[in-house]
Amino acid sequence: MSRRSAGWPRMLGRGLLTLAAIAFLAVFLLLPLATVFVEAFRQGAGAFLAAVGQDEARSAIRLTVLVAAIAVPLNLVFGIAAAWAMARFEFRGKALLGAFIDLPFSVSPVVSGLVYVLLFGAQGWFGPWLEAHGVSIVFAVPGLVLATMFITLPFVARELIPLMQAQGNGEEEAVRVLGANGWQMFFRVTLPNIRWALLYGVLLCNARAMGEFGAVSVVSGHIRGLTTTIPLEVEMRYNEYDYVGAFAVASLLALLALVTLAIKIALEWRYGDELAAHAPGGR
Amino acid sequence: MRRRMLPGFNLSLGYSLSYLGLIVLLPLAALTWKASGLGLGGLVELLRVPRTLAALKLSFGGATLAAAINVVAGLLVAWVLVRYRFPGRRLFDAVVDLPFALPTAVAGIALTALYAPNGWIGQWLAAFGVKIAYTPAGVLVAMVFVGFPFVVRTLQPVLETLEHDVEEAAETLGARRWQIFLRVILPMLVPTLLTGFALALARAVGEYGSVIFIAGNIPMKSEIAPLLIVQSLEQFDYAGAAALGVAMLAFSFVLLLLITLLQRWSRRWAENAP
Repeated sequence: MSRRSAGWPRMLGRGLLTLAAIAFLAVFLLLPLATVFVEAFRQGAGAFLAAVGQDEARSAIRLTVLVAAIAVPLNLVFGIAAAWAMARFEFRGKALLGAFIDLPFSVSPVVSGLVYVLLFGAQGWFGPWLEAHGVSIVFAVPGLVLATMFITLPFVARELIPLMQAQGNGEEEAVRVLGANGWQMFFRVTLPNIRWALLYGVLLCNARAMGEFGAVSVVSGHIRGLTTTIPLEVEMRYNEYDYVGAFAVASLLALLALVTLAIKIALEWRYGDELAAHAPGGR
Repeated sequence: MRRRMLPGFNLSLGYSLSYLGLIVLLPLAALTWKASGLGLGGLVELLRVPRTLAALKLSFGGATLAAAINVVAGLLVAWVLVRYRFPGRRLFDAVVDLPFALPTAVAGIALTALYAPNGWIGQWLAAFGVKIAYTPAGVLVAMVFVGFPFVVRTLQPVLETLEHDVEEAAETLGARRWQIFLRVILPMLVPTLLTGFALALARAVGEYGSVIFIAGNIPMKSEIAPLLIVQSLEQFDYAGAAALGVAMLAFSFVLLLLITLLQRWSRRWAENAP
């Protein structure tokens, strides 16, 4: 009885809360995304295509792909190695290793770039030696790769560790007893068991690698055509008041973000059980 | 203990430690070493410059306020997404991840275009005399944007497992909905809300890309600490950059420790629940 009489005010309350939540998501999250595409096409498709087709934009795209193509596979191998050690063995200092793996997520991107300048910059630890040997790391492509590796280091490891811990050692021990060698065990049992989580981790790692701005900005030196990735090209065009150009290039990154989100959701729906629970995070 | 039943222990641990050491720990050590060369007195001296103090105040104050706003907004959104069914719920759930997915520079220029005096939201606010872009309020908007998913994604799994019996018992005893929420549900969520707060805070303090465009970077007014690091480096003031960098790194460490403790607490809290 009391339930029924409380029915319509409760429905009203629910409706209002739902509307408030939707309004917040629409204004604070969806509107900025929509702005990117609206501003990119403000002067029509022709201006958009011209802005995206410029040489600087092309070289920025090439550099971004190159940096990601080096950093992501390296962090993939690291992620598998770290997850194997963390999930399959007990050793002293394991909790500390776990904390260190997560460290890049809690360090400011600018600090991540700064540390490489202090190491390899003109006044850094290795600066004079590098200069004497004609090697440049800071304000060159190696610096961009290193800063990107630092920022995206945790992504793959973080997806794999909880999953492999939950799966346990049973299957791998069984094939060892049956006589498989280490690599056979890895490629026939371990890898198939973690493939979707691995893909998930690589996807997030790649999105971050291609979109990273702060860390890369510090080590880049902003040399057009040589050390500007897509996010840096966005910044330079924006600061030159080339708004259509900035938003046109930014829309490519927004598109990458949307595709990443779509694949991520598809993986979660389709293979949710094989991805295991993951902690929030992943900036 | 059958610890060496499986192969690859030395290889995998050795490789991960070397890689982590080279990419993360050695560079962080270089920063600490550079800053320790200044001595504690020198460090404080560099941080006490009024312009630096103002930037630190804005970074930490703004991030704290943004995390607090995110706790309220995140609780509302997580609650609605977990408890209610409405058309488009899964779509809106996916939208929560946008700040994770959108590169920070893109978010930065988009927010600026929206909140600038001639932008979609800015012109509407300008009619009321409110200015967001190029003021500390703009910094706050960007910090809310980047920290928001942390609170929602931390809360959702906890809200999903929350037992309905306690609520139903309270309802049978005649409690009103808001009483149940304040006295029964909210206390159960405290550790989770604090974890979300700390994660959002950690993210917002160090944020650079989405803030610098909308901030306008007016000295003493809307400059954030990471921007000052970048500017010091551009003027080859490595000592100043290292001092600020190590201060921010120390804060990250403290927050990371706090988050670990909070997560342990909320896990124990969940396990001890009846």
